[in-house]
Amino acid sequence: MNRLAYLRAASLAEAKRALAAPGSMILAGGTTVVDLAKLDALKPDILVDIGALAALDGVDVAQGRLRIGALARMADVARNAEVRRLAPGIVQSLELAASAQIRNMATIGGNILQRTRCAYFRDARTYAACNRRAPGSGCAAAGGVTHGHAILGISDACMATYPGDLAVMLAALDAVVHTDLRDLPLLDLFAEAGSGTETVLAPDEIVTAVSVAADAAAARSSYLKVRDRRSYEFASVSVALAVGGTGDRPQVRVAVGGVATKPWRLPSVEAVLGAGSPTRERIAAAAALAAEGARTTPDNAFKTRLLTRSLERALLLALEAS
Amino acid sequence: MSSAGIPFVPVGAEADMDLHLRVNGREADIRVESRETLLDVLRERLHLFGTKKGCDHGQCGACTVLVDDRRVLSCLTLAVQAQDRAVTTVEGMAGHPVGRLVQAAFVAEDGLQCGYCTPGQIVSATACILEGTATSDDAIREAMSGNLCRCGAYPNIVAAIRSAAAGALRP
Repeated sequence: MNRLAYLRAASLAEAKRALAAPGSMILAGGTTVVDLAKLDALKPDILVDIGALAALDGVDVAQGRLRIGALARMADVARNAEVRRLAPGIVQSLELAASAQIRNMATIGGNILQRTRCAYFRDARTYAACNRRAPGSGCAAAGGVTHGHAILGISDACMATYPGDLAVMLAALDAVVHTDLRDLPLLDLFAEAGSGTETVLAPDEIVTAVSVAADAAAARSSYLKVRDRRSYEFASVSVALAVGGTGDRPQVRVAVGGVATKPWRLPSVEAVLGAGSPTRERIAAAAALAAEGARTTPDNAFKTRLLTRSLERALLLALEAS
Repeated sequence: MSSAGIPFVPVGAEADMDLHLRVNGREADIRVESRETLLDVLRERLHLFGTKKGCDHGQCGACTVLVDDRRVLSCLTLAVQAQDRAVTTVEGMAGHPVGRLVQAAFVAEDGLQCGYCTPGQIVSATACILEGTATSDDAIREAMSGNLCRCGAYPNIVAAIRSAAAGALRP
């Protein structure tokens, strides 16, 4: 890790001033930034620790929305009685992620903004080429080992998977990301893979909270995660569902993870599901569309079938329970 | 403040800092580089070598310590993030009401082979019991999935935690 300066910000204003300095970066739980700084995949000159900004912590419910502070820790949110009651899918996506130690450290804002686990991105000392680290430098993953890489949303510039679980669930819930400057749909937060920027956020913009409608669809949200080992592993495929509508005419919002360069909604699947009663035939027909447009390598071609089958399973579990 | 090599440093940001920790009940005051991890400070500055550096990237759990009674990975914590906090390492477990039960159970159940992961296992298991998640073998395996044992002593580790959890519940 390069030598760096550290500031524990006492206020949002102090954090903003410090973030105006070139080479500065926000530090919250540290589970992404400290890890990647040790690898020289990130090289912050100044770390602005926002951990003392208590206003960015906590969970509250107001005006029909469940709002989770950016600094709330994964473990605390997963244990929160309101979150458990109003949005069980959020709890599942948190409990199935990382380890108990990391969930005690990592914040909700940092979780959403976590960087890809692509080994070629992380191993900065071995692989110079990475369009995420150095735009225009190329992609070392092309022709490399790509078992974990994305099949949706990829380009010649980047095929790195978005690794998070929570943001996939939030995508299905049409979550809103709140920053010190604006509110924006979570689905608009992430930049195109390999575009040279991770998100649309300004360098000194601070995520303050995320919120979802505390409605019937959130109460019937679920998160299915399929992975190479049973615990403490990133998703090979995950399926987030939010089920609204009625029993014989459900309105289902579907997002998938582990397969795409960012949290990925499946509108064509949602349209088929919304066109009639949730028969097994309709569910199978909808799930069959999940991997439309997929671009695979020999290493990750297994994900197309795993995706359609995981989606079909998640839909059967969610819709037959109604 | 020495900030050589850092182009522009905002007011209040420091490359070297005075750090105060309370480690296993004892006060520690040292000067550290801001980039040093809690793991490195515990081992190299405070000479508490019980906490182990396995992967140094948050993937193995060997560096698990308690900060304000929460289990965290000291390799992914900057020491300055623990400013003024209470840190408990495996060296503090003998004086910890649940930690000492866990240590005794690991001995009784032979919950180790090479022992390298054991300090992290014991600190993590102590927190797991206090969190109330050591309710069944499956629950223990899930709650302890952040602590890898490459010798594969898992069955005896689970047995030790089950036994210690039962002991901790007894009045």
